[in-house]
Amino acid sequence: MALRRYLLLLAQEHLEFRLPEITSLLSLYGGQFSSEQEIRVNSPFWILSIPSEEMARGLMKRTVCAKSIFELWGHGRSAGELYESLKNYPADKMLPYLQSDSTYKIHIHTFNKTLTQAQKIKKIDALEFLPFKGKVNLKTPEHIFWILEDYGMNPNDVPEEPIHLYFGRWIADGQRELIESYSVKKRHFIGNTSMDACLSFIMANHARVKPNDIVYDPFVGTGGLLISSAHFGAYVCGTDIDYNTIHGLGKASRKNQKWRGPDENIRANLRQYGLEKYYLDALVADFSRPIWRKGMLFDAIITDPPYGIREAPRRMGSQKETVKSAEKSTESHFFVSSSYHLSDIFFDLLKFGAEYLVMGGRLVYWLPIYRPEYTEEIIPRHPCLKLISNCEQMLSSHTSRRLITMEKVKEFKDQDENSYLLDGQYLPYRGHNSFREKYFSGVTKRIAKEEKDNQK
Amino acid sequence: MKLLTHNLLSSHVPGLRPGGGFPLKIELGHPSELPPEPLPDYEANEEFLRRLHHVLLEVEVLEGSLQCPDSGRRFPISRGVPNMLLTEEEA
Repeated sequence: MALRRYLLLLAQEHLEFRLPEITSLLSLYGGQFSSEQEIRVNSPFWILSIPSEEMARGLMKRTVCAKSIFELWGHGRSAGELYESLKNYPADKMLPYLQSDSTYKIHIHTFNKTLTQAQKIKKIDALEFLPFKGKVNLKTPEHIFWILEDYGMNPNDVPEEPIHLYFGRWIADGQRELIESYSVKKRHFIGNTSMDACLSFIMANHARVKPNDIVYDPFVGTGGLLISSAHFGAYVCGTDIDYNTIHGLGKASRKNQKWRGPDENIRANLRQYGLEKYYLDALVADFSRPIWRKGMLFDAIITDPPYGIREAPRRMGSQKETVKSAEKSTESHFFVSSSYHLSDIFFDLLKFGAEYLVMGGRLVYWLPIYRPEYTEEIIPRHPCLKLISNCEQMLSSHTSRRLITMEKVKEFKDQDENSYLLDGQYLPYRGHNSFREKYFSGVTKRIAKEEKDNQK
Repeated sequence: MKLLTHNLLSSHVPGLRPGGGFPLKIELGHPSELPPEPLPDYEANEEFLRRLHHVLLEVEVLEGSLQCPDSGRRFPISRGVPNMLLTEEEA
């Protein structure tokens, strides 16, 4: 199948998360990166070879990492190379968009440099050799062409001439406007740890959520992660051990608000965006004790487990421990909080994914990391799940969290259950358990140092 | 709670025989009709599918309980949310 070349213009944030997002989305449409990609991972310009414009449009209907996609007509490391490349682009591929009865405009975009209007016009005029027959219409053109110039990655050392130049026909924009329309600032119901909108869309894309999927979040909280899946047409459900959060009761997380209002629960959040029909259910449940019948399967599990910093990980205890009572309601609280060690959460999460995901279904979750001790070996593993990607987001100089994406590639058999634990590579890394202390140790040291400095 | 979700749940009271936790029995605050047996060839029957969709996804239990078939333990449903937590003694 003949591949065509497209240029992706990406947003320069969440850099590590972009390639897995684009790869996952391409695979959703039956495509993949071809082997000779020139992907410079940190650059905003990626050239993709994919079989059709339809696939390019499909990609843009989902991505929040990419701003726009263009049908690539030419590129080079200098203006001369760009023009040569354009002269070599087959005329029969250009002509449909250059007809005399059509309208067009040319836009110029520069990365890491600002050009004057005069400079821009000069560069556009230099393309006069292209057989444009249509009329220029700056307001509502039928076809839009872009010149894109890359002036490198160093804002302190901007070259005189661009290091890469591209010319292409604009096809579509991505979904970055969702970031604003789904912003947590405007959301009716939030919690202490609600995920920001861009990351929650990235997670749904890493998970390859598609319409009519069933997506589950076992630590659902206020349901922020489910909203993005619902936006993409999946039916969503969640569980949480915290009765008040599921029912939308108790203290508010907003600064100047004391108690939660009547419109604050997961269902109301979905209703705010017109997505109520995708709400399946929210239940109060302890993830360490699954409530699902055997044989039932989810298409994706997307979650942000508690790391013990702003919300403490809890589960039901079997010994007598301190009883925590809920604030307002009279029901939930016959549970006893025993500490749910982080490494056990991940162990349970992977086991749950192996058992309850469809084949090819994905588990996407955040793993808190203490950076001085990080190696790839500490990423939890399971024989039924394949690690797809691992993207870091810094939280502080010594802590970060990694978005882990795993795919079910092997059926779960009961005898798998715990025997694989004996295999060295699956031993749970116990270091996760002390994440809370490690997170705060850096803070404590810094405060001590500041106090010492102030005393001088 | 939707009927679709109910179809996916199982009781997790400790000590049940395998499969003994499913299906949970729905007890409602007031009596209600439950659907008939599936008709033969139901996949092609649009009318039946509409009614099935309605019952699975558009009817919700707001107050009631789910009863474990083997142990009889009841999990309450309030404001549409089932509470599947076991007590300290049961766990």
